[in-house]
Amino acid sequence: MRAYVARRLLILPALLFGISIISFALLNFAPGDPAEIILRRQNPEEPPLPEAVRALRQQLGLDAPLPLRYGRWLFDVLKGDLGESYRSGTPIMSELVKRFPATMMLATAALALSVVVSIPLGIIAALWRGSLLDSLSRLLALLGAAVPSYVLALLLMLFVAVKLNWLPAIGYGSPKNLILPAIALAAGSSAQVMRLTRASMLEVLQQDYMRTARSKGLNERTVIMVHGLKNGLLPVVTMLGINLGHLLGGTVIVETIFGWPGVGRYAVESILQRDYPVVQGFVLYMAFIFLLANLAVDFAYRWLDPRLHFGRQPA
Amino acid sequence: MPTVGWILGSTLAASRHKGVGFEVQMEGTLRLRALSLRIHRRLRLFLRDPANVLGLVIVVLAVTTAIAAPLLAPHDPTDVSLQDRLLPPGRDFPLGTDHLGRDELSRLLYGARTTLRTAGVVLAVVFAIAFMVGTLSGYYGGWLDTLLMGLVDLLLAFPGLILAVAIAGTLGPSLMNVMIAMAAVWWAGYARLVRGMVLAIRNREFVEAARAIGASDGRIMVSHIWRNILGPVVVLATLDMGWIILGISGLNFLGLGAQPPTPEWGAMLNDGRPFLQTEPQMMLYPGAAIFLVVLGFNLLGDGLRDLLDPTTYPR
Repeated sequence: MRAYVARRLLILPALLFGISIISFALLNFAPGDPAEIILRRQNPEEPPLPEAVRALRQQLGLDAPLPLRYGRWLFDVLKGDLGESYRSGTPIMSELVKRFPATMMLATAALALSVVVSIPLGIIAALWRGSLLDSLSRLLALLGAAVPSYVLALLLMLFVAVKLNWLPAIGYGSPKNLILPAIALAAGSSAQVMRLTRASMLEVLQQDYMRTARSKGLNERTVIMVHGLKNGLLPVVTMLGINLGHLLGGTVIVETIFGWPGVGRYAVESILQRDYPVVQGFVLYMAFIFLLANLAVDFAYRWLDPRLHFGRQPA
Repeated sequence: MPTVGWILGSTLAASRHKGVGFEVQMEGTLRLRALSLRIHRRLRLFLRDPANVLGLVIVVLAVTTAIAAPLLAPHDPTDVSLQDRLLPPGRDFPLGTDHLGRDELSRLLYGARTTLRTAGVVLAVVFAIAFMVGTLSGYYGGWLDTLLMGLVDLLLAFPGLILAVAIAGTLGPSLMNVMIAMAAVWWAGYARLVRGMVLAIRNREFVEAARAIGASDGRIMVSHIWRNILGPVVVLATLDMGWIILGISGLNFLGLGAQPPTPEWGAMLNDGRPFLQTEPQMMLYPGAAIFLVVLGFNLLGDGLRDLLDPTTYPR
């Protein structure tokens, strides 16, 4: 376990380095000269003078060779400075930090929703294989996997918010506002988690140790709860980590639809306004969060599965 | 896409000189016959499941629609006619018109063309890259493997949709850039898959035999390794078609892809957003279209996966 943790932590800087390269490259491939874009924003009336552009390029350090620019940029990033928005001139880091709690709240609510709904459903479907409930939950999983989050979001908005007037369509602040976006975001991943839980439980139920547990006279409840669930839910833990990536990605769309003041909507607005430094900062920020989250999930998995603690490390 | 052509060409070339001696050929024929019997039997079982048939029907219908859109569509999908805007379904316009007086049905039909073609191109490019990277990595191992799989790990460290949104957004809104963004993000997982399969068979007897008679590395990779893993990988990737379509229409929905007046389902949904309350059908039609096609591919994919899995249909 300790060796594994050490190895994962050693890879971390390499991954972070790679992530920084990709993010840096992203801004470099963006069309347009940043100096010119900034000058045009300051004075939209007339095209900027070539001398002014040249002066600003020099001031921003844009005329330095690429590796040097990367080095300077990385140094700033390590200090927590992601640069400034073309649009507003505000520091990107503080904008992201300000908006991230909203995104985190939405993603956490969606994750909680999909865990609370889909894991019990998957377990029941596996235990009562072939029953009506099993068929029903499988149908639900199929529908959930096929409906795009934006379609579900618009449908919920139309029927639950506009027609029935049960919940607010847009807005932020009260728990009521959280319900519809969380459902829209959770649907796809819930379907996956349910299917995986069902499949994993079905496999565990056939294992020898289950028969052993029964034959030594444990009651069915203990067999299922202790031996079944403990083993059957292990793959689901890994799945949740992968799902967090899907959920974070999904927030981009769902936040845009519901007017949710998170980093996803900020990124989309910035993309449509060609505010490339924000897009770059957003990618870097989200990749970092995702990396840490996955690391946590991985360690949790190792910790939960005693087979992985002792001696041999699986490749 | 010259790479795809190259793969197809080399696979065909490989199948042309396969027989070594008469006995081998005889044995091969017999084995082929047994295999085809097995496939036949499985196909019958496959078609007995109504879910599989439904998936197959939806996919065939969608592809037919996409190909035959010019024949089926009653109007030009880009014909703007402001006096006909937002008409209810009628004789001239079977599904009514959108906010610019364009025929909804024609736009939906042509939308199938745009969406499926985009998804098809993404799939083909993903394949080409995944096969090359996976084979080189698995076959040669060593530093090349470390390097390529490091790149794969790096790409997988990003939340997929977020990187795709950022790439498409930075390159500028266009359908082409959506394809580039999707392919750039999606190939990594498959490359890992191909590498695993190559590792599993690279030391098998037939590969060693080929090496013993002096076949070159390229020849071994193409005619011995690819021929054995092509089928399963194609099926596995095809069943992710639903995900690819969801991703593509998501990017289009955000306004990063097809530009007006190109008919595309995700973009049509976005067009319908301002009319959510008064003209919900503008969003319901393309929403239903995406949902159905994704459902079809998912159903078909599940069926195909079972077909490949030897434990599904025990003898």
